[in-house]
Amino acid sequence: MKIRTLAAGLLVGALTLTACGKEGTPSGSGTGDTGSNAAALPTYTVAQNVDVAGSPTFARVKGAGKLTIGVKDDQPGLGLKDPTTGKFQGFDIEIAKMVAAGLGFDESKINFTTVDSAAREAAISNGNVDYYVGTYTITDKRKQQVSFAGPYFMAGQDLLVRKDDTSITGPETLKGKKVCSVTGSTPIQRVRDQQLTEPGNIVEFQKYSQCVDKLLTKEVDAVTTDDAILKGFAAQDPDNLKVVGKTFSQEPYGIGLNHDDAALRGKIDDLLQAAIDNGTWQKIYDATLGKSGSPAQPPAIQRY
Amino acid sequence: MDVLLDNLDLYGPFFWTTIKLFLISGVASLIFGTFLAGLRVSPVPVFRAIGATYVTLLRNTPLTLVFVFLVFAYPLLEILELSYFTAAAVALTIYTSAFICEVVRSGINTVPVGQAEAARALGLTFSQILGQIVLPQAIRSVVPPLMSTLIGMLKNTTIAAGFSVTEAGAIRQYLSERGDNQLIGLLWVALGFIILVAILSFAQRALERRWSVAR
Repeated sequence: MKIRTLAAGLLVGALTLTACGKEGTPSGSGTGDTGSNAAALPTYTVAQNVDVAGSPTFARVKGAGKLTIGVKDDQPGLGLKDPTTGKFQGFDIEIAKMVAAGLGFDESKINFTTVDSAAREAAISNGNVDYYVGTYTITDKRKQQVSFAGPYFMAGQDLLVRKDDTSITGPETLKGKKVCSVTGSTPIQRVRDQQLTEPGNIVEFQKYSQCVDKLLTKEVDAVTTDDAILKGFAAQDPDNLKVVGKTFSQEPYGIGLNHDDAALRGKIDDLLQAAIDNGTWQKIYDATLGKSGSPAQPPAIQRY
Repeated sequence: MDVLLDNLDLYGPFFWTTIKLFLISGVASLIFGTFLAGLRVSPVPVFRAIGATYVTLLRNTPLTLVFVFLVFAYPLLEILELSYFTAAAVALTIYTSAFICEVVRSGINTVPVGQAEAARALGLTFSQILGQIVLPQAIRSVVPPLMSTLIGMLKNTTIAAGFSVTEAGAIRQYLSERGDNQLIGLLWVALGFIILVAILSFAQRALERRWSVAR
């Protein structure tokens, strides 16, 4: 028995190491084939003869005829790479496609690139990506290095726990519990700063999927990060996991782009506003994160 | 400079964790590595086989895999719960010991056979010969490669950042979330490591001067 659990553990470890930790396709981010009642993804009309005056980024991508968008590949429902088809899917991906269509690029001209959290600023300012859509919280400090269009979604820090665990109902019940999140992430820094649990009970791994593994094996009691990310994991394994549903922060997700490109920022703000006004935003939400069952309101665009 | 001063609450404790991790695993791997070297030159064939198998296995396994095993697979055996810091120290120790073992063994090879034969003629046992005659001479002759192995281990401690140990290797991710400039932040991390390695190099030179064997 021990040997079998060990073998299973080694397999999980090996999968985690090769970043293939997420088996199968989450029910919350299918491509609309989960049944007749599942909301279908909207299609986007590709704009013709677009010009963004004074935008160096746009001038560059227009010359290249190809758009490189930075995304995440390990967040179910938001930005997830299907290991079998290599296609990206989720809410963030759809927002990225919608913006691309508004800039005159159809899906075949988009090159999605995975950029992990710690490398975002560098990827944007070096021009490795033209813009970045991946659970990127707008903060004043980050605005000194990059600029943000949006927000296109309002998330909030929440807790993912085992389904049968009734002892954790919110941040104030975390004392004495083991809490896991990604190394150095804002949620885990908040847990540490506000002393929601003891320092010895804070666990940090490279990926949320590793935290979820530890949650299922009862080595940690809660995984904390933005509710949007947690809902994706809960939708993958609804029999064993649940989101507590009491957010305790505001995380406005923005589209990150070059610090000096105010023209493109204004253009993307316009596109987001239009999508919110004509209902495209709601359709995107309903077909992706909305499948978790919880509704969401479009946020107010903050121009600066 | 701002990046360093604004985040002293990161740099201080995180580098201290790095140093603790280095000291604990460094001492442990020196002891365990020397013990393994003893196994590899032992007159008992079974011991030699055990030593050789261990070294071959651990030297050929990437350190990250050793970490993954200890952090994700080992807990499923439910033998003894290790804290993540302890798990990191154990991973670094069992990995580095294999390299220390080979360095010490090459040192043993530099000791003339006559030394051991003379000791045996005086009636010393194997452990006495090894501990009192051969190893003291062997270790003196391999101070530079021994220090190189330890410096390598110092840098390997950064892998623990991925396995829930907040040490110097995790600083970059914290800075990223705080919105500070990571490039400048990483330069300070690099400077921290340069200082630590400089201390080790200084220790190496001091030991070489004191321990040089006249042959």
